[in-house]
Amino acid sequence: MKISRRQMLILLPAAAVAWESVMAGTPEDAPNYKMTDHWWGMLIDISKCIGCGNCVRACQTENDVPDGFFRTWVERYHVSDEDMTEPEVISPDGGKEGFPVAQQDDKKYFFVPKLCNHCADSPCTQVCPVGATFISPDGVVLVDQKYCLGCAYCVQACPYGCRYIHPEKKVADKCTLCKHRLVKGLTTACCEVCPTGARQLADLKDPNDPIHAFLKTHSVQVLKPQMATGAKIFYNDLDGSVR
Amino acid sequence: MSGVEGFMYPNEIELQWSVLIVLYPFITGLVAGAFILASLERVFRVDAVKPTYRLALLTALSFLLVAPLPLQLHLGHPERSPEMYFTPHSTSAMAMFGYVYLWYLMAVLVLEIWLDYRREIVLLSQSSKGLVRWIYKLMTLGSNNISPRSLAIDDRVGWIVTLVGIPSAFLLHGYVGFIFGSIKANPWWSSPLMPVVFIFSAMVSGIAGVMLLYMAITKLRKQKIDIRCVDSIAMYLFYIFIIDFSLEMLDLVHRIYEADESFRSLNFMVHTQLYIPHILIQICLGTLTPLILLFLTQVVKFPEIVRKRIYAISGSLALIGIFAMRWNVVIGGQLFSKSFLGYTTYKMSLVTKEGLFVAIFLTLLPLVFLWILIKLLPPWPERNAHAPAAGD
Repeated sequence: MKISRRQMLILLPAAAVAWESVMAGTPEDAPNYKMTDHWWGMLIDISKCIGCGNCVRACQTENDVPDGFFRTWVERYHVSDEDMTEPEVISPDGGKEGFPVAQQDDKKYFFVPKLCNHCADSPCTQVCPVGATFISPDGVVLVDQKYCLGCAYCVQACPYGCRYIHPEKKVADKCTLCKHRLVKGLTTACCEVCPTGARQLADLKDPNDPIHAFLKTHSVQVLKPQMATGAKIFYNDLDGSVR
Repeated sequence: MSGVEGFMYPNEIELQWSVLIVLYPFITGLVAGAFILASLERVFRVDAVKPTYRLALLTALSFLLVAPLPLQLHLGHPERSPEMYFTPHSTSAMAMFGYVYLWYLMAVLVLEIWLDYRREIVLLSQSSKGLVRWIYKLMTLGSNNISPRSLAIDDRVGWIVTLVGIPSAFLLHGYVGFIFGSIKANPWWSSPLMPVVFIFSAMVSGIAGVMLLYMAITKLRKQKIDIRCVDSIAMYLFYIFIIDFSLEMLDLVHRIYEADESFRSLNFMVHTQLYIPHILIQICLGTLTPLILLFLTQVVKFPEIVRKRIYAISGSLALIGIFAMRWNVVIGGQLFSKSFLGYTTYKMSLVTKEGLFVAIFLTLLPLVFLWILIKLLPPWPERNAHAPAAGD
């Protein structure tokens, strides 16, 4: 390939900027991000998840999640066709390092990635005594850690076990849907590293987002629909045994 | 992972609410119950319980002063707790705590005690000497008028305050029950009956607590226990205990009969980890035994000495039972996974901020406050000080 001097003059600074960004770990700014233009959720395709744990590792690195706590994790279900009410479920270290080899039997296996459901009617924000946890206009449930009392009432109120008290900061902590990346036009860390595309960030307010077509053509469910939390993490191929 | 059986969501393994959160409803329950007992005399004119009226008020105040401490110690950032007053979140049941607490403390208890003791405070501010004199002078709030007309107004206003205080006491403890009962994520807690059960169990613990305190203090003062008074208190304790037990059984039977998706998990928990604290301590030892004993005192004419002993045993068992109930609600509600597939364990630490020693200290602290309050505001008439010693 022949590169002219003019092309080289353009490419070199571009490569320098790109290299700087890669090295700094900071994506380019997206100063025009307007919260009310978005309503974020996520699509998780159970049939595509291979339980590699990439998402869990990426989340822990990206968000400095303390050991033993999880903003996202992966569960492996082992379900008998005779009694789906008592599945065998494991999530060793949140599935961070993958899973042990499965037994060869006639039961079915599948993986279920979990994270905060960023509920539109979230029970956790309802109970916070000072409003330190809230739903932002773009549909992301966040915690103001400079304001949180650390009472853990929100941890009790979350039906999905997605919150914890940070062992050092002594405040509630949870998935932010990588908000710091969203505002810069990037996807979440977990979606970015998923090798099979089992996790797809979705903007429900964007008419061009493929989520709309997907929701129209697939049987999609949320976790614990009976809780009426307005969960925005949609699962394709969700088995009835999943809790 | 140690201490975990089956599958827990990974963030659920460590319990969030410790023994201090068990103490909190136990203490507020004693406050509410003691106040209800005091109101029996004041509003419902039950003269028999008059000897415990002032003691009940002082007991309620002593425990109310300690009530926020376990919460404060539990917070990750206790220095931020004033935010609950300044920027309360309108949809949060917990945010109302500060207001309900302040209302009950200042507008009900302190005001009622002040009105009831105003005459003594004024007289003591004139008769005592040194620092104590200044304390009493401060407590008069500059109001030294103890004319019959003035005292009659005090009495009338005090009656109104008590009248307002009864629903306030219900609010104080009903709200504590609501904090748990309104958590739909937790089927062990989520029940509209929870606030009602909390109110009646509060009345049981408060009445039993004041009855025991009255008997113990009277004995320590070498005075004669007013048997008519303790008979009446025991009768009220028995009837309220029946209502409390019925409500708890209604909740239990409803859960068993309905057997929703959480039933298998909760049933397993009650038959394993919670078997001792729930079935044996709360129901058998702390509820059925005192109920049977109290029932016997209602139908059999025991000698006075036997009745007193039965009341002492029943009251103590009732307190143990109500504490176990708080334990089973708070700790039991965190032992199972919200996936209904696993169980964790609670290991109480000894010397940490939320450990056993702090819990014991906080349980005894109200008794220290009560001792100070009794010294400052004696709840019994002065003439009793020279009465003959009790024979028992």
